[in-house]
Amino acid sequence: MTTMERPVLPKLIGARVKRREDPRLIRGRATYVDDIKLPGMLHLAFKRSDVAHGRIKRIDTSAAEAMPGVVAVFTGKDLMALPGATRPVGARGTYAAKIGAGLPPMPIGTPFPSPDHYAIAPEVVRYVGEPVAVVAAEDRYVARDAVDAIVVEYEELPAVVDPELAMQGQPTVIHEGFPNNLALPYVPMGTGVDPATGQVDNSAIDRAFAEAEVVISQRMVNHRVAPNAMEPRGVVAHWDAGKEFLTIWSATQNPHILKSMVAAVLGLGEHQVRAIAPEVGGGFGCKINIYGEEYVAAALSRILERPVKWIEDRSEAFMATIHGRDLICYLDIAARRDGRILGVKMKLIADIGAYNMLLTAAIPTLTMLMASGTYDIPAIRCELTEVFTNKTPTDAYRGAGRPEATYFLERGMDMLARELGLDPAEVRRRNFIPKEKFPYTTQTGAVYDSGDYEKALDRVLQLAKWDELIAERDRLRAEGRLVGVGLAFYVEVCGLGPSSSLPTGGWEHASVTVERDGRIRATTGASPHGQGNETTFAQMLADLFGVPIEHITIEHGDTGVVRQGIGTFGSRSQAVGGTALMMAGEKVRKKMAKFAAALMDANEEDLVFENGMIYVKGSPSTGKSFAEVARYAYVPVPLPPGLEPGLSEEAFFEPPNNTYPFGAHICMLEIDRETGEPRLLKFFAVDDCGNVINPLIVEGQVHGGLAQGIGQAMFEEVVYGPDGQLLTGSFMDYALPRATDFPWFELDRTVTPTPVNPLGAKGVGEAGTLGSTPAVVNAAVDALSEFGVKHIDMPLRPEKLWRIIHGRGQA
Amino acid sequence: MIPTKFAYRRAASIDEAIRLLQESGGEAKLLAGGHSLIPLMKLRLSEPALLIDIGRIPDLRGIRERDGLIEIGATTTHHELATSELLRRLAPVVSEAAAEIGDPQVRHRGTIGGSLAHADPAADLPAVMVAIDAEIHLKGPNGWRTVPAESFFQDLFTVDMQPDEVLAAVKFRPVWHAAYAKLHQRASHYAIVGVCAALAIENGTIRSARVAVTGASTHAQRLPNVEERLVGRQPTQAVIDEAASVAGDTLEDVNSDIHASEEYRRAMVKVFTRRALERAVARA
Amino acid sequence: MSDLVPISITVNGRRYELEVEPRLLLVHLLREKLLLTGTHVGCDTSQCGACTVLLDGRSAKSCTVFAVQADGSEVVTIEGLERDGQLHPVQEGFWEEHGLQCGYCTPGMIVSVVDLLNENPNPTEAEIRAGISGNFCRCTGYQHIVKAAQYAAARMRGVSS
Repeated sequence: MTTMERPVLPKLIGARVKRREDPRLIRGRATYVDDIKLPGMLHLAFKRSDVAHGRIKRIDTSAAEAMPGVVAVFTGKDLMALPGATRPVGARGTYAAKIGAGLPPMPIGTPFPSPDHYAIAPEVVRYVGEPVAVVAAEDRYVARDAVDAIVVEYEELPAVVDPELAMQGQPTVIHEGFPNNLALPYVPMGTGVDPATGQVDNSAIDRAFAEAEVVISQRMVNHRVAPNAMEPRGVVAHWDAGKEFLTIWSATQNPHILKSMVAAVLGLGEHQVRAIAPEVGGGFGCKINIYGEEYVAAALSRILERPVKWIEDRSEAFMATIHGRDLICYLDIAARRDGRILGVKMKLIADIGAYNMLLTAAIPTLTMLMASGTYDIPAIRCELTEVFTNKTPTDAYRGAGRPEATYFLERGMDMLARELGLDPAEVRRRNFIPKEKFPYTTQTGAVYDSGDYEKALDRVLQLAKWDELIAERDRLRAEGRLVGVGLAFYVEVCGLGPSSSLPTGGWEHASVTVERDGRIRATTGASPHGQGNETTFAQMLADLFGVPIEHITIEHGDTGVVRQGIGTFGSRSQAVGGTALMMAGEKVRKKMAKFAAALMDANEEDLVFENGMIYVKGSPSTGKSFAEVARYAYVPVPLPPGLEPGLSEEAFFEPPNNTYPFGAHICMLEIDRETGEPRLLKFFAVDDCGNVINPLIVEGQVHGGLAQGIGQAMFEEVVYGPDGQLLTGSFMDYALPRATDFPWFELDRTVTPTPVNPLGAKGVGEAGTLGSTPAVVNAAVDALSEFGVKHIDMPLRPEKLWRIIHGRGQA
Repeated sequence: MIPTKFAYRRAASIDEAIRLLQESGGEAKLLAGGHSLIPLMKLRLSEPALLIDIGRIPDLRGIRERDGLIEIGATTTHHELATSELLRRLAPVVSEAAAEIGDPQVRHRGTIGGSLAHADPAADLPAVMVAIDAEIHLKGPNGWRTVPAESFFQDLFTVDMQPDEVLAAVKFRPVWHAAYAKLHQRASHYAIVGVCAALAIENGTIRSARVAVTGASTHAQRLPNVEERLVGRQPTQAVIDEAASVAGDTLEDVNSDIHASEEYRRAMVKVFTRRALERAVARA
Repeated sequence: MSDLVPISITVNGRRYELEVEPRLLLVHLLREKLLLTGTHVGCDTSQCGACTVLLDGRSAKSCTVFAVQADGSEVVTIEGLERDGQLHPVQEGFWEEHGLQCGYCTPGMIVSVVDLLNENPNPTEAEIRAGISGNFCRCTGYQHIVKAAQYAAARMRGVSS
């Protein structure tokens, strides 16, 4: 029996705990994928198409193969290794036999029809940057030299660049079997649409517009952006020919999905693959996908029987990593003169680029799902068309479909307010879903879990000192300055699953083990890349077990250690992964209580876990130390009846529904009358992500989201030329926001817990990108209101604004 | 991104650099800070067979005043320009423009000689050198040669410099009524338009005026019609406005890209000319 | 034509004599030859600053320096900032103020802040933002990095006064 005085451990849930990840990161001792070096490792480099659309007439790899240090060169046809391939593959002979039927087309995660997409294009290239060959060499520099020595001749085909022309089959059709370049010809959602049959009844939506006293109509573009995680993609693959076992390290958000998909593509069993996400330098959605380079690396390691590494250059990333957004919306809002909305129509055209990637086709459907925003709208009709163009494929980028919905709707709300001469806050307030209506089912089928939108609106108005802000704007305007104030509200769907909504399954997995010495090892399938799960998850377990946080390790990112998992995306770590962890933890705690009860001859229900002790409530001095009980559980003499030895449990959490965090953003922006340069002066954000485990981390997530949302609104844009050439292929032309671009972000929170999970946490990773983008554009339109401008498409390039100010029309 | 192979020699003196240049038969490039050249080599847009490193030649570095002239060695970094006490006293516009280049790390390595010899159409310092009437001092196999900055910049990435010459220094007279105004390209931090105005104001009258623009066209060049409207007149707002209103009207081959159309660039030449003139006049 | 060139370079106080290909970039020398992988590569156009190290005392983008140019120079990388097992105040600031998320830009960012504070021990918010304008961060929105720099500045002034 221990009677020693123990320090009182503070409760950590809700505390600003410094991150446990940081020491290795700030000391330069973290291991990212490019830091991995294996004996005999080869380096891969890809030859990529420099035309947007073309048929490969000839590839000459002989000069590359002849270079000293080059081990092999493979084209797309080589990798298909079709029966009857006429030439030996690679510099050292025929490898074709070893991969049997070759690499099949890459799998996707959506149920829609999709054209074949090979890791390396065998015949036709469909975007600038599509791989046409791969070099394996002893050295990274040599691999790069060899790529230049590969000669490719193309028969150039017309480039399909404008999605609205593409829909008419102009100037050509990209994929056989997809007439008029329609990847998804027509998907309706909302009022009058039967999701089961797809049958459409227009009476309700038509009535809403017939009864409208005012109708707002606007075409808007939520333009294409590049995710630009600071760490580009990378992969190391090691095929152990003796064990017939593949280990693959990748800068991925979801190693378990990588494992499943690589196994499937290579014709291996999942028991033959271990996928590891080492330290991952940001994802923002772009590292959800399993990319061709990963399959190629795995295949080449197997063929060549050597470890291989491929690290993406930033210039490659701009071409070869998925892009985000790129959605055109024809928005119509029907309303009464008092501002009450009767109906909303969104006709959406998604330019998805050249191929379907993992979730490409599903992303714009989330825009439809969230078309109601925070408003009680009686009739909504969304219609989505997805179009192939000769551009890099799109897929999930921070927010993934929801920022687009928010942007379109919140621009529309401002237009409505302006049309009716109403305060933008007031028009929103009049349409909010009242808090007593939750759970609330929108016309597009989303079931909002909980919300108190008025509270968040009031809080942000208070934070920004709205009336003073407007007075300040007017004062500055009186001096001749172009100053605007913008408000936007958002609601977001987070905590993805459930499994019905994700082809991978929508659960998350966790395991918790109390070791013999009372230290705790836990694993999570939520594989973080900056989110700080090692800290927040340890906070939760520290409170659960009443032990110091230093006694806990959270392991992740390795399918060899983490038995099962889905991954980190859709702001799901805390809501889904965190809940799974707590479930596993509670199982262990319950079992441990049984051991403790046996040891102390107490009733397990009466036991308290606190300050490193387990004791009967009210008598801490007679308890057992946590470690002592742990030891007993592993050397259980005697073994209490009905118990197995050990303290190790796992749990899968299947969320019953998504979570719907929300918030409101306000900003003030000035535009230089002479140059059109915009400058953000102030930014206020109130976000409600439910219960918070670590406010420090939540603030960081919000800041980052704001920066990306503001970045899209003001600076960032992927631009293609009329020939399909990428004109923003580096940071010389793609403006990534810098520290000097932002004002101080003023943050506050409201807390509306979700009933969907026991933590009451909703998720916060993507939230910042939702409200900030329309808030900024709303402010810009407000700043230029004296010129009668109704809408400005993003980004707020100085010339665009200058043209409005100076009446110069379109460039 | 990895450059192609090259041979490397470090020159201990200007003369050795010239000799190495001659021996290379036009296949060599000079390397100092490398902040113009290395990015091009990494993108394989430049593939020299030999790099001659002049970064350690003592004569090439430093800022001094001699015989009424300010002399800046070619391998002096932008950061040294931006923080030079001597320049802030005698030619603050040079410091001001250098402080607008790139970012701190780039300014620590990038050199004035590299920037001028490379002659990127959107670089800042060429406009400044043209406006303050700097002389470019070149040394070649036949000795020294001096070229006015105005005629040094000839075309896109093209300067009056032989393949076996070394840009050793720039020299110019102290200049106070001068200012540089720049519209930043948000991504690269190069100039969409940059205008440098250098005036001599005596007894309330503009005695001489040189105004040069970068970013707008193929190379840095003067705006003679602006200058004409300034000389002999008082530096009033009306005079400045009038002069700025014709800025760029003489420019040909005005650039147009995703960041700025020709129309916008032309308008910005006027705006930034006016801003540069206002600041030049205001500078006591 | 591109024979190896002998160089001598001091990195984090340790002197190395090496033979390198002239085209070897300093960042690859650090990462691949000296196995100092704390310095990262985030772009190929000298913009992002992930590769920032101190080169003869000043911040420099090691992706835009050939190793041969650093012959005879002194380099300090993220791994060389600690003293006697104690974090540098700037490292401490990043930890205290949550100045990092994914950590990829962090080593370069920290080195830039060290350089900034060496030159300007008491910077304003605007000066801090300008001082890190050669470093991209995609995660933090920079605000906590600014706070980290402020924290470090206060600590360093406190220590030296």
